[in-house]
Amino acid sequence: MAACIDVQNLQIDFPLYHGQSRSLKRTLLTRAKGGSRVEQNSQHKTVIRAVRNITFSLRAGERLGIVGHNGAGKTTLLRALAGVYEPVGGRVQIRGSLNAMLDPGQGMNMELNGRENVALRGRFHRMDHHKIASFQEDVRDFAELGDFFELPLRTYSSGMIVRLAFAMATAIRPEVLLMDEWFLAGDASFRSKAQERLESVVRGAEILVLSTHINEIIRSWCTRVIWLEEGRICADGEPTHVLSAFSDKSADVTLFPEAALT
Amino acid sequence: MDLIKHSQMAQMAGSRGDEANFAIDLRHGLGLLARHRMACKDVAKGIELWRLALTLSWLDIRLRYRGSILGPFWLTLSTALMIGSLGFLYAFLFHTPIRDYLPFLTLSLILWAFIATIISEGCTVFVAAEGMIRSMRIPFSVYLGQLLARNILILGHNIVVIVVVFLAFQVPVSVKAFVAVPGFAVWMIDGVAIALLLGAICARFRDIPPIVGSIMQIAFYVSAVMFKPEFLGKRGWFLLYDPFFTLLQIVREPLLGVIPGYATYVSALAFSIMLCALAWYTFLRVRHRIAFWV
Repeated sequence: MAACIDVQNLQIDFPLYHGQSRSLKRTLLTRAKGGSRVEQNSQHKTVIRAVRNITFSLRAGERLGIVGHNGAGKTTLLRALAGVYEPVGGRVQIRGSLNAMLDPGQGMNMELNGRENVALRGRFHRMDHHKIASFQEDVRDFAELGDFFELPLRTYSSGMIVRLAFAMATAIRPEVLLMDEWFLAGDASFRSKAQERLESVVRGAEILVLSTHINEIIRSWCTRVIWLEEGRICADGEPTHVLSAFSDKSADVTLFPEAALT
Repeated sequence: MDLIKHSQMAQMAGSRGDEANFAIDLRHGLGLLARHRMACKDVAKGIELWRLALTLSWLDIRLRYRGSILGPFWLTLSTALMIGSLGFLYAFLFHTPIRDYLPFLTLSLILWAFIATIISEGCTVFVAAEGMIRSMRIPFSVYLGQLLARNILILGHNIVVIVVVFLAFQVPVSVKAFVAVPGFAVWMIDGVAIALLLGAICARFRDIPPIVGSIMQIAFYVSAVMFKPEFLGKRGWFLLYDPFFTLLQIVREPLLGVIPGYATYVSALAFSIMLCALAWYTFLRVRHRIAFWV
């Protein structure tokens, strides 16, 4: 039973319920005519179309990179794959054990200390006392937190939180690994150490889905790239092809809009 | 580093039958029956994660009292103070001997606090867990279990007050007290149901918690929490139609050595069944939307 991912016609809409005024609604709707993603659905509710018409499937051994500008729907797509957001249209199926590294805060409680947060994550992965104890030691050693491990997370620097989250997430070896771009951030000294550990987890996973802005990472890790634009798939294929098309477009239009006019 | 190995994870997934081979299998436009299956799966997985719920609830309490010397026993102390001061005043107002009234009031107030807290925290059960809901796929039933476990732990701290009062006034505890056990089991189920119902509705409509708050305040004064139902005499007929009252009775009365009447049980159970049905139906309808609402 090999791992696989099947996504058919996936659509995710975010409803806008709270704090909306008529005027806000009208402004947004007027803009919608210009092709924005804020629309009214069939029940006359204002929704943001985060991703739509996403169809792809991945088999064991495939390593997918997702590229796109901020707000293109990369994170929403990853969250939908992780099962956080259930489809508003279409279908998502994933076979195999799953670990999603989505955001650094990932269910961590800022008031609890590092040890307790690690214990909670262990419970989430159905570990017993002994496993949690070794999980805690592993995370503490790797994240280099020292005495901070016994202090509440709100006393941590943002780098320490990333290190803790990274150490926790990479201690689990899944078959399907979903990873958002922040995992590749972090201070330089930690990065080289993290690289090694991350690569071993990535190698161990049968399927990787990675969202990133860093072309180098995609070139070295991915066998396939999907380029998202405005929540739709703009291109899907070989990393070199898609990346060159993507970087052409971003250089031309988005960073220098005036270039498109001339 | 290999804390969870592939084989183990695969085994866990595989042991749950063919359908469970999918770690994620979600689609749009499910029928009611399929939604029912999804909801059942949520509950089953939530029960598997009971240790997580328990750990979360224990940490909640630890967090609330971090740095305080008495810790959770502040709850015990403040309950004791409240009962001590109110008990004597109301025994005087109602012209009842304190020996009769104080044990009754102690039980009433502590049990009511348990119900009222579950209901008011039920309103925020999903909204408060926003961070976790949006970052990981965790069964929603885990948050309900966390809420229930936390309140049972708090009730456990308050039981000290009941024991002290019962000993001080030498209240006879008979075998009949065991009749409270099935009553409390009904409470557990109702507690999960009401938290589920209110948690889901309140995530979508943020005006509900204040409404719930004012209903609870009225219910507190009407439902014979502070006064014994006998005080109302024949005018107390309406109490049988008050679910708060009948549910309170099926746990409180046996502990005081009285078995509640047939009608009380019928009313309490009928209400419980309606509540559970409504909560389950709501869960079927909105489970997949909660992540978008919180």
